[in-house]
Amino acid sequence: MRFVPEQASNFAPEVDYIFYVLLALTIFFTFGVVFAIIYLSVKYRAGSKANRTRPPHHNTALELAWSVIPFLMGVPVFLWSAKLYVEMYSPKNTAGALNISVVGKQWMWHIQHPTGQRENNELHIPVNRDIKLMMISQDVIHSFFIPDFRIKKDVLPEYFSTQWFRATKVGKYHLFCAEYCGTNHSEMIGTVYVMTPEDYQKWLSDTKWGMNKFGRPDTMVEQGEKLFVTRCAGCHGAGKAATAPSLAGLFGKEREMADGRRITADEDYIRRSIYEPDAMVVKGYQNIMPSFKGQIDEQQVFEIIAYINSLSNPQIQAGTTLPTASRKQETKQ
Amino acid sequence: MSIAQKPNYLDSELGIKSWLTTLDHKRIGIMYLLVICVFFIVGGSMAALIRAELLTPKGDLLTSDAYNKAFTIHGVTLVFWVLIPAVPAVLGNFCLPLMIGARDVAFPRLNLLSWYVFTIGGVFGIMAVIFGGIDTGWTFYTPYSTSFSHTSVVLAVTAVFITGFSSIMTGLNFIVTIHKMRAPGMTWFRLPLFVWANYATSLIMVLATPVIAITVFLVGLEKVAHIGIFDPALGGDPILFQHMFWFYSHPAVYIMILPPMGVISEIVACFCRKRIFGYEFVAYSSLAIAIIGFIVWAHHLFTSGLSTYSAMVFSFLTFLVAIPSAVKVFNWTATFYKGEIHFESPMYFAIGFIGLFLIGGLTGLFLASLGTDIHFQDTYFVVAHFHYVMVGSAIMGFLGGLHFWWPKITGKLYAEGLARWAAVIIFLGFNFTFFPQFILGYLGMPRRYHSYSDEFQVLHVCSSLGATVLGFGYILTFCYLLYSVKFGAKAPKNPWGAKGFEWVTDSPPPTDNFDFKPVMREEAYAYKPDYEAPEVVHERA
Amino acid sequence: MSAHEQELHLGHQFEDLKQQIESYTIGMWIFLVTEVMFFGGLFTAYIIYRAKFPEGWVHGHHHLDWRLGGLNTLILLTSSLTMALAVRAAMLNKWKPQVLFLVCTVLLAFGFMIVKYFEYSKKFREHIVPGPLFAHKDDPGQELFMGLYFALTGLHGFHVLIGILVISAITIRTINMRRMRQDFIPVELVGLYWHFVDIVWIFLYPLLYLISK
Repeated sequence: MRFVPEQASNFAPEVDYIFYVLLALTIFFTFGVVFAIIYLSVKYRAGSKANRTRPPHHNTALELAWSVIPFLMGVPVFLWSAKLYVEMYSPKNTAGALNISVVGKQWMWHIQHPTGQRENNELHIPVNRDIKLMMISQDVIHSFFIPDFRIKKDVLPEYFSTQWFRATKVGKYHLFCAEYCGTNHSEMIGTVYVMTPEDYQKWLSDTKWGMNKFGRPDTMVEQGEKLFVTRCAGCHGAGKAATAPSLAGLFGKEREMADGRRITADEDYIRRSIYEPDAMVVKGYQNIMPSFKGQIDEQQVFEIIAYINSLSNPQIQAGTTLPTASRKQETKQ
Repeated sequence: MSIAQKPNYLDSELGIKSWLTTLDHKRIGIMYLLVICVFFIVGGSMAALIRAELLTPKGDLLTSDAYNKAFTIHGVTLVFWVLIPAVPAVLGNFCLPLMIGARDVAFPRLNLLSWYVFTIGGVFGIMAVIFGGIDTGWTFYTPYSTSFSHTSVVLAVTAVFITGFSSIMTGLNFIVTIHKMRAPGMTWFRLPLFVWANYATSLIMVLATPVIAITVFLVGLEKVAHIGIFDPALGGDPILFQHMFWFYSHPAVYIMILPPMGVISEIVACFCRKRIFGYEFVAYSSLAIAIIGFIVWAHHLFTSGLSTYSAMVFSFLTFLVAIPSAVKVFNWTATFYKGEIHFESPMYFAIGFIGLFLIGGLTGLFLASLGTDIHFQDTYFVVAHFHYVMVGSAIMGFLGGLHFWWPKITGKLYAEGLARWAAVIIFLGFNFTFFPQFILGYLGMPRRYHSYSDEFQVLHVCSSLGATVLGFGYILTFCYLLYSVKFGAKAPKNPWGAKGFEWVTDSPPPTDNFDFKPVMREEAYAYKPDYEAPEVVHERA
Repeated sequence: MSAHEQELHLGHQFEDLKQQIESYTIGMWIFLVTEVMFFGGLFTAYIIYRAKFPEGWVHGHHHLDWRLGGLNTLILLTSSLTMALAVRAAMLNKWKPQVLFLVCTVLLAFGFMIVKYFEYSKKFREHIVPGPLFAHKDDPGQELFMGLYFALTGLHGFHVLIGILVISAITIRTINMRRMRQDFIPVELVGLYWHFVDIVWIFLYPLLYLISK
């Protein structure tokens, strides 16, 4: 019977350390006060012969002591934990990180690897490699939770959210939706398979779904390119610079909007341009881009983003992206 | 002098109409108690369903939708129609004017109106339960509640909207009463700490409740008119809903805990025969909790996509708000030193409160701490934490106060022996129910799940068994208290030998509270140094 | 108690008139604070969405007629003046001017609601009401703006209606009950409420009607 979860990610040991420090503090104060009450209750119970002369009713020094000291005990924990939080929610962009897209919907998880393999409610990943999840919901708020990794982040509709981790132990682990999302919330669960690099490669090549003529699925970049050529190049292709802004080198650059706002082009920018082009007109261009709502799904948006990113960073392996802007990225002039 | 008994507030006027048109704060307090009991039963039954379902890993007792409705109704009914009003609207209404030496609250008609608004809101709530139920969770997160749920969300938010006004009215009434209606000599720092607690609570009620009103109003508007304020598909921001919701709902938890803390101060002072240690610090800590409680709400959004900078500010402030609570606990403990301690049943509840509040409050730190919150958010750890403070502490405090003032309210003594047993049974049952849930949460069991992975079953079974014991404890309490109303021994003015204006008048008090004009001539809790035995001893059962 | 005080109704819970007056005054101020918190939530939503949809806000406000809104502003300001004059008359124990000014206030408030009716009905005719029939579905910012417009002005209008009812009640009481004519406190407190309703409009008008490009 387990009382503690596995430590299967790079974050787990540190989260657990902080947990144990807080546990120690909890036990210390709880037992301290409880023992004091028991001791005092026995000693000063009505009818006992204890000395009750001149009972004190206040002691400012004591009040300050038991306010300030516990506070000072809490501050290091706060700082340590805050630092860990910043680290956990600041996805890294190391070369070699694996960028996996997650689409949550009532009531399952659709996952796609950068090399094109797809899975539902399962996540196969190699051990000891940075994994960055880019996530979005098709409907309500969900939350992607792997307890043994100590990671969790809400998955929102209309906005990307990201988190990262590095699995450190081969094995099978639970995946849970952790934000109530309706009827089958408790069934929106899955399994994470952490594999050795060799097993992961084997799994990749064993995946038969969506095979192209090379005997493997199209990578996300390739799928994105196909989408771009058929749906976007008409206006955004080479030689069409007057109609629509070029997307080469777009990623991470700042763009000025027609209303004067300056926005950094990131994943949210691209997604919003596809679905709400009216709100994202670049200065100097007409508002003529149609919305692709209902024609391009969230998975395809991920693929287009991967392709556009690759235009800026052809050297980077498909799968990594530049820092994701936070939701409040837009800056006014 | 005739031997005929002076009429007290219970028998001065008889008949339902006299109750429904009463302006007497004491009767209004009892009327609140009756409505609260109804909702306690509704919410408690839902808890029984939940714990029964969770005995087995598969969702075999209830359908998914039925389970989702069960936990939603459990939360909504118990938060809005039990926890928020319990101590202020029942014990506060009854005791506050007595404690400050007044004849009634400042606005008795407003007080009666607040009960009607409360009850009408409650009727809407019951209608929501009957006509389709609600399955959004008591937190009504969007866009699920606005655009996806097919249940009676509009009825439910209407119910919450209406009932919120009763909170505002009560808070307004208490603030004016405490400012303006104190008897001669009753300066601010001679007030019982229960009054300070209710004052701080009233500030929260008045300032925070309008925000939930506008929030649920917008949810209702969105459901009815499809406006898109919180629906991201229409350009709205679901995180804005979370901010607005928690801006009220976090201070709301301090509405739920501050008055019971005031009750504990009264009980500890009485049964230690001693002024509460650090009276001023305890008084100020109530205000500090109220104020700081307004600026920590976003700790409910740590995993929702807050900026890391904001998250750090809110985490720091959440650590800070723990300090005034700790100050209270330490001061209560210090009151035991050189006291003369009696262990009647209210003291059982008070000591139980202190133990459970320590655990509940300290486990809040695991959630205030950012790195660990990522793991614990939306798991059973959170469920355990808030039940320790809301049930283990707030309800136990409420029961302690109900026992403490029962002789005053009803003029009868309850069965003391049974009451002590009930306190112990509730304490043990509670711990068996909720302590395993800390472990479940650490292991990763998410909340609001009705089917779960097999390895969690042992802890769930333990929790459900504990819940049975806890439920039995509540039923026992209900039984002997109800029994005492008809068959209990007559209570003297001051069965506990306590200090305070309410103990100087009859049990039950006359309609105008006092036959004389109370004047405060001494400090609060001026128990005599030579520890005179209390006047009359209560009967034992 | 003086004869004067005996004529006025002293609540049984109060010791003296001063305590009653002070209690009612504090009570009204606290109520107004709750109203600030109530509207504050809506203003917060306004601020956040304006930052997100600046163009939608501009498009949306074109549907509003700043002259009608300006007229309403004048109406409300004047009604605040007549209300203040009514309170002054009450304090000077001149019940006839007090009734006159109260009636003026109610009439002006009615005028406000009539202008509102014209504004709203135009929007319904032109399908500028958020919801399935909204004419500009491609502009979510505009729909949000209109949603907040209706929420803010609708709630404000509801408060104006309540004001009309309460002021009318006070007016009728003053006419019919001689002993009420010496009690200026109810008028003063209702006056406070009415000034608050006016102030909310002073904020609403520029935020909704006067958005520049």
